[in-house]
Amino acid sequence: MSARALTRLSPFNMVSLALGFAFLYVPLVILIVFSFNASRLVTVWGGWSTRWYAELLNDAAMIEAAWMSLRVGVTSATFATVLGTMAAVALSRGGGFRGRTLFSGMLNAPLVMPEVITGLSLLLLFIAVEVGRGFWTVTAAHTTLTMCFVTVIVQSRLNDLDRSLEEAAMDLGCSPARAFFAVTLPMIMPAVAAGWMLAFTLSLDDLVIASFTTGPGASTLPIRIYSEVRLGVKPQINAICTLMVAFVALIIVIASLVSKLSSARGGSAAPL
Amino acid sequence: MGASRNFEAPARIAAIAPYLWMVLFFLVPFYFILKISLSQTAIAQPPYEPQFDLSQGLEGLKAAAAQLSVENFRLLVIDDLYVFSYLRSVVVAAVSTLILVVLGYPVAYGMSRLSRGWQALAMLAVIVPFWTSFLIRIYAWINILQRDGLLNDVLMALRIISAPLVWLSTDTAMYIGIVYSYLPFMVLPLFATLSKLDASLLEAAADLGCSRRQAFWLVTWPLSLPGVGAGALLCFIPITGEFVIPDLLAGSGQMMIGQTLWGEFFTNRDWPVASAIAVVLLIVLLLPLLVYDRLQRKQLEAR
Amino acid sequence: MASAAPAVERPPNRRYQWPTHDPEEWAPVFGIMPKQIDKADERMVQALPSAETPAPEKPGSEQPLLRIASVTKRFGGMVAVNNLSLEIRAGEFFALLGPSGCGKSTLLRMLAGFETPDEGSIMLDGADIAPIPPHRRPINMMFQNYALFPHLSVAGNIAFGLKRAGMSRADIARRVAEMLALVQLEGLERRRPDQLSGGQRQRVALARALALRPRMLLLDEPLAALDRKLRESTQAELLEVQRKLGTTFIIVTHDQDEAMTVADRIGVMDKGSLVQVATPRELYESPNSRWVATFVGDINFIEGLVVSQKVGLLTLRTEEAGTIIVTSSINPVAGMTVPLAIRPEKIRISSETASSDLANALRGEIVDINYLGDVSVYQVKLPSGALVKVKAANLVRSGSGFFALGQRVSLSFSPDACIVLDR
Repeated sequence: MSARALTRLSPFNMVSLALGFAFLYVPLVILIVFSFNASRLVTVWGGWSTRWYAELLNDAAMIEAAWMSLRVGVTSATFATVLGTMAAVALSRGGGFRGRTLFSGMLNAPLVMPEVITGLSLLLLFIAVEVGRGFWTVTAAHTTLTMCFVTVIVQSRLNDLDRSLEEAAMDLGCSPARAFFAVTLPMIMPAVAAGWMLAFTLSLDDLVIASFTTGPGASTLPIRIYSEVRLGVKPQINAICTLMVAFVALIIVIASLVSKLSSARGGSAAPL
Repeated sequence: MGASRNFEAPARIAAIAPYLWMVLFFLVPFYFILKISLSQTAIAQPPYEPQFDLSQGLEGLKAAAAQLSVENFRLLVIDDLYVFSYLRSVVVAAVSTLILVVLGYPVAYGMSRLSRGWQALAMLAVIVPFWTSFLIRIYAWINILQRDGLLNDVLMALRIISAPLVWLSTDTAMYIGIVYSYLPFMVLPLFATLSKLDASLLEAAADLGCSRRQAFWLVTWPLSLPGVGAGALLCFIPITGEFVIPDLLAGSGQMMIGQTLWGEFFTNRDWPVASAIAVVLLIVLLLPLLVYDRLQRKQLEAR
Repeated sequence: MASAAPAVERPPNRRYQWPTHDPEEWAPVFGIMPKQIDKADERMVQALPSAETPAPEKPGSEQPLLRIASVTKRFGGMVAVNNLSLEIRAGEFFALLGPSGCGKSTLLRMLAGFETPDEGSIMLDGADIAPIPPHRRPINMMFQNYALFPHLSVAGNIAFGLKRAGMSRADIARRVAEMLALVQLEGLERRRPDQLSGGQRQRVALARALALRPRMLLLDEPLAALDRKLRESTQAELLEVQRKLGTTFIIVTHDQDEAMTVADRIGVMDKGSLVQVATPRELYESPNSRWVATFVGDINFIEGLVVSQKVGLLTLRTEEAGTIIVTSSINPVAGMTVPLAIRPEKIRISSETASSDLANALRGEIVDINYLGDVSVYQVKLPSGALVKVKAANLVRSGSGFFALGQRVSLSFSPDACIVLDR
């Protein structure tokens, strides 16, 4: 027995890893495969075909919903990233301040809060202030939901950062604010970018909160998919789902490439 | 350490905008939930009264306030439907969390044993489902669990069953869906904790007489408990209020509280009761939420 | 176990003794439950010295405690330990010294059981310990980063190995108290590792490793993280603990001062091989190669051509220093070139006009002075252009005793101050 035996994979480890990842991926793989199924029925394999994707292109409602989702996603992700990074800076560098506990509590809560509660509460707010529900209400809701994810990612990156870099900048003549923008911000960029991407995908995927806070004629993609799914399994849904999975996977690959590139340049370690 | 003082003041200014946002979009809405939970249903737009209307002046406000009552809360307590819904939610969440710990720990542990390069790949492999919509992942299971779906096909081909079983609209399907959706939520924090474990601690344990299994239970397990706690809470709290998964996969018998709330709001248009349900759910979750917040703060600030 | 010899009074916490051949008695101390004893352990039992023969007081007994025979270890394409053989005696404080990457840590880890040798064998008390996993060896290690369990208190850490060995609660408590007294940490039982200073943590690590009364204690660069004053006092404490317990210590270090201070014998390693094994004095005064001479301490090198030889005295002609006479045990032929080395402190420095009774004399000019408080190191340039490093104690506080830059001085050294190297 050696050090390698102490820290290498036992058969139990290998089996649990294999089973775990199989469990996570098999349903998705089946979904993707059957989106190319020429036959309508899930159980019968009718050969390879992309007809369902073609039908999707003709489904105006679906396309409009997808477009809506994209717009909401980009807008809310941007707001969430800006606000979340500011919050992370305050929490990481601001020391103790009055209301800090409340602040971090408010930021952490949406991470775990059941979405029905968040959705309902936001809807009631919008009604009370008599704001027309539609694009902007959904965007505001998503911003609120995803901001905390950005904060968590950026805050842990800020905590790991070597403070002596900022101190060196100040020593060389920068005010604290300038030191932040000149030194800190570039170094946490990968984490900020990762936060944006996470906020974007979360917004893209969200069903419950969007359902509560959207208005007539402003359906997002998940809302449309959900209404279809309630009516039963349809291969077109397989197609749109496959597209979404591919889209998210693409974003993740880009995110990890970005963080690899920056660490190759001597920057930060992978923030994911 | 003195230099960090220079950063504190400007950093605090950065807190203002997000602070205001969260107060407006997170705290204030709770006031509205509370207020409406104390109101009554009405055929009106919005469908509740009293309405606080400043045009009536202070007198009007006072009159409206007098109409508030805890009637909705009494309803929740009296009507078995709601009590059982809460109980079911907590039980389902607890059972699911337990299953998630049992299934998720070996996966996270195996991941922590991989070499650096493989670990990064494994993390990515866990993140892809994590970032994929719940809806899509549940739908993937509907595909498999349908009467003429793949699971039945495979089981019949293996001659384990002779006729297709009903999988959908059962509690089993719901548990499968919950565990499937929340597994990354358990694996990722647990993996983060396990991968930070100092390898020399295991060598020291071996040096002092522990076999591999003893070293796991005496050193690795106790030190991984904070990660287990974080992952468990990260799963338990949202599962309690789950709506999509039970709605699509579970039977139409007993409903979880998320479904009840949704039904009251969208189907019955009974906003006050829906709000009351939300308030009580929050109270039920208050303790786990506080514990989770504590753990999070310790994690993020223990540097 | 009565013996005919007069009974020798041994205080219980002094030297560890093999108690008996009965596995029931000795097994728990090694962390082996009696029912787990298998063939490997039985081989060890056969090889144990009998209980009637007390273990020797001084290092240097007949049979070595540890015999490393032709051990090789490779990592991928690289050879970390290359056909290394070494014997270590019971009760010895042995140091493995060498630059980073020389394989000393790998060797230590093989002794602990965290690496297995690719070739060769490691015999402890005559029994091959290679098949025995680390948790069953009567060897304990003190880790470089201490590896204290953060979720256990100080007492919990020290008791960890004792619990695995199946000692009773009362015995554990007694042993833990003993260990705390040994490392002077009484009163800190309940503290957690993160509440201790670096020096305190190191002592807990030492107490934990010694609690099991191991046959051998391995120390992996234990003092690297401490500052100089703390390091010196800890070295003294380590020496005292080792003398008190009589346990064999093997320390790995890259700091030669440390090795010289604590060790009875030092093994110098380079690139996976043992270059020289000797006492500190032998190592310093009689290095067996240029490499060792340079690695340990400062040195001056001179090449000499043998002119004549008479009764152990060689006369050599050198480019740098003229004709010099050295003592030597080797018998070179006239005309051969011989490498010489001389330590800086062996050269006497005095003002130009002073006469010397030492055989070899040189003249030169001081080109650099390095004042270190207790000694000064002078760089002296000889007429040939060669630079000689001379170290002299600063014997006076002030006044005329000091040399100045540019001053012409006279250097002298006796014939036996030179080391004649053969490689």
